[in-house]
Amino acid sequence: MSGERGGAETPLLEARGIVKAYGHVEALRGADFAVHAGEVVALIGDNGAGKSTLTKILSGVERPDAGTILLDGAPVAFDRVERAREAGIETVHQDLALCPQLTPAANFFLGREVLRGGPLGRLGFLDHRAMRERARAECERLGVRLRSDTVPVSTLSGGQRQGVAVARAVAWARRVVFMDEPTAALGVVQTGRVLDLVRRVRDSGVAVVLISHNMQDVKAVSDRIEVLRLGARVARFATARVSMEELVAAMTGATSDAVSDSPSDVSDGAAGRGAEGVRGEAADDAGGEGR
Amino acid sequence: MSVEVGGPAAGRAGGVRGRAVLERVAGSQVVWIALVLAAMLAAFAMLRPHSFATGFNLLNLVSDAAILLLLAVGMTFVIITSGIDLSVGGVLVFSGVTAAKAMGAVGAESGTALWLGPVVAVATGLAWGVLNGAVVAYGRIPALIVTLGTLGMSLGGALLLTGGVDLRASGRLNLGLGLDRDLGVPDIVWISAAVTVALAVLLAQCRFGRHTYAIGSNTEAARRAGVRVERQLVRVYGLAGLLAGLAGYLSLAKYGITGVSAHSTDNLQAIAAVVIGGTSLFGGTGSVLGTVIGVFIPAVLQNGFQILGVRPFWQQVVVGAVLIVAVYLDQWRRRAGDR
Repeated sequence: MSGERGGAETPLLEARGIVKAYGHVEALRGADFAVHAGEVVALIGDNGAGKSTLTKILSGVERPDAGTILLDGAPVAFDRVERAREAGIETVHQDLALCPQLTPAANFFLGREVLRGGPLGRLGFLDHRAMRERARAECERLGVRLRSDTVPVSTLSGGQRQGVAVARAVAWARRVVFMDEPTAALGVVQTGRVLDLVRRVRDSGVAVVLISHNMQDVKAVSDRIEVLRLGARVARFATARVSMEELVAAMTGATSDAVSDSPSDVSDGAAGRGAEGVRGEAADDAGGEGR
Repeated sequence: MSVEVGGPAAGRAGGVRGRAVLERVAGSQVVWIALVLAAMLAAFAMLRPHSFATGFNLLNLVSDAAILLLLAVGMTFVIITSGIDLSVGGVLVFSGVTAAKAMGAVGAESGTALWLGPVVAVATGLAWGVLNGAVVAYGRIPALIVTLGTLGMSLGGALLLTGGVDLRASGRLNLGLGLDRDLGVPDIVWISAAVTVALAVLLAQCRFGRHTYAIGSNTEAARRAGVRVERQLVRVYGLAGLLAGLAGYLSLAKYGITGVSAHSTDNLQAIAAVVIGGTSLFGGTGSVLGTVIGVFIPAVLQNGFQILGVRPFWQQVVVGAVLIVAVYLDQWRRRAGDR
């Protein structure tokens, strides 16, 4: 899918110059980010680079102090979670954001409950059966099997909770799913399942933004990688053409001049560092030159 | 993501399901406290079959509990959001006072007073409740402090309005609604029961209830899922206030006076009933049915002790102990659930 994409294609979701400060702490200092339809983009960076803040802003949980968010090239304001959700953007938060005392189906439909038909529905009566069946169907479609769908989420295993949170986001997402450290709490087998799920979601045409510390996961599943450092994007790579060393260097700033995102820096770096810098640049300008 | 492989035999799956249901029933505090209540009723009935287990006595018991039940049902919603409402007794008194004043202003024995009274009482209670909810939700001040403040304000306000002297209900109200019966049951009990059933359905079957549970279970998750947390909190505290206002009117009808000094422990009685009924003080779980049973356990104890000739002070001691046991069980279950 990504191979067919024309070079001049407008990103599905794009952030430009996002600034966000919490008190005196500047979490984002003019960060850029872009995700195209049908790709898996890994958003990586060291602790405190601003990954979670950027995710919260692009999913409507937080408002930026400055900067633009573009959806299909048109500016949008995600001033509430609902706005981002109406645009087809869903998020799997690192803490999963589940209500432990509610059932998986209740969590699945929280905030968009299915009501019964007729006058009872207008009084706010829930259609429990419809929600249970739809939640179960979505979970099974994604390979998440629950022993019982009438017990609270707090009685599920960590992997099952993760499965419910991911299935919920994927079921509702029409355009983009953000996954913030979806494998952090999982074992090897469960991690493999989540990565399979990420590929399946991408193949269904929904873009995935994977926020992760785990470079193996990132290399295994992403098509592109964007690197944040100190609140700004410092590099973009095509995953197939980047080495682990280059990623680590970009994250820590060891060779930031070589792979820096701004055009002037890139040319400097390319001149100074040869092939490595060019490779970084090629990925950088994927939007302009085609891939 | 772990896969639970079910047994191939349908019979075994059925057995698992049956056992799961049994486990849930056994783990539910409502079942246990219902058994406790049944045991208490049976014990008193055996000890005093001719005085305790009579229709007259049981009706008296229910009638005494009906007004507290309204407060406790509203408290159930509040506690499920992991909040608390200490102001219910004060709001009850204040609403009774404003209702009595309004009825006096239009002529206490007039027909107008009979519909104006309940409207004023309920509207007054609702206003206090919305104030509580707005300050808790938008001011982000702990509910304990906010409702402690409005408890003082409403009780003090009631004393200011009355000059410290109880207002009397009109004869038409006290001898009418206060004594009326249908099918042998006091109208006050019918009203309280109807409201309780309606709110039990609202909590268990409607979106209002679902959002109430979600806020108590994980406020941030509810907000991120698109639940309008602040608006829902205002509604929940508003509901508790509205019920306190209705209770104030029914109390005025039943006892004939506003009782400005008689309701200072209503909040603690209501909270005890809710917690004994299995609603967790940490929010997210609870039921109206549990609260109904939780209201009747202290009421049956008091009534039974009186009939047995045990000094009634023992009731307070026993209810206090039951309350601690109930909270202990809740914590124990929470730890078990958070494995």
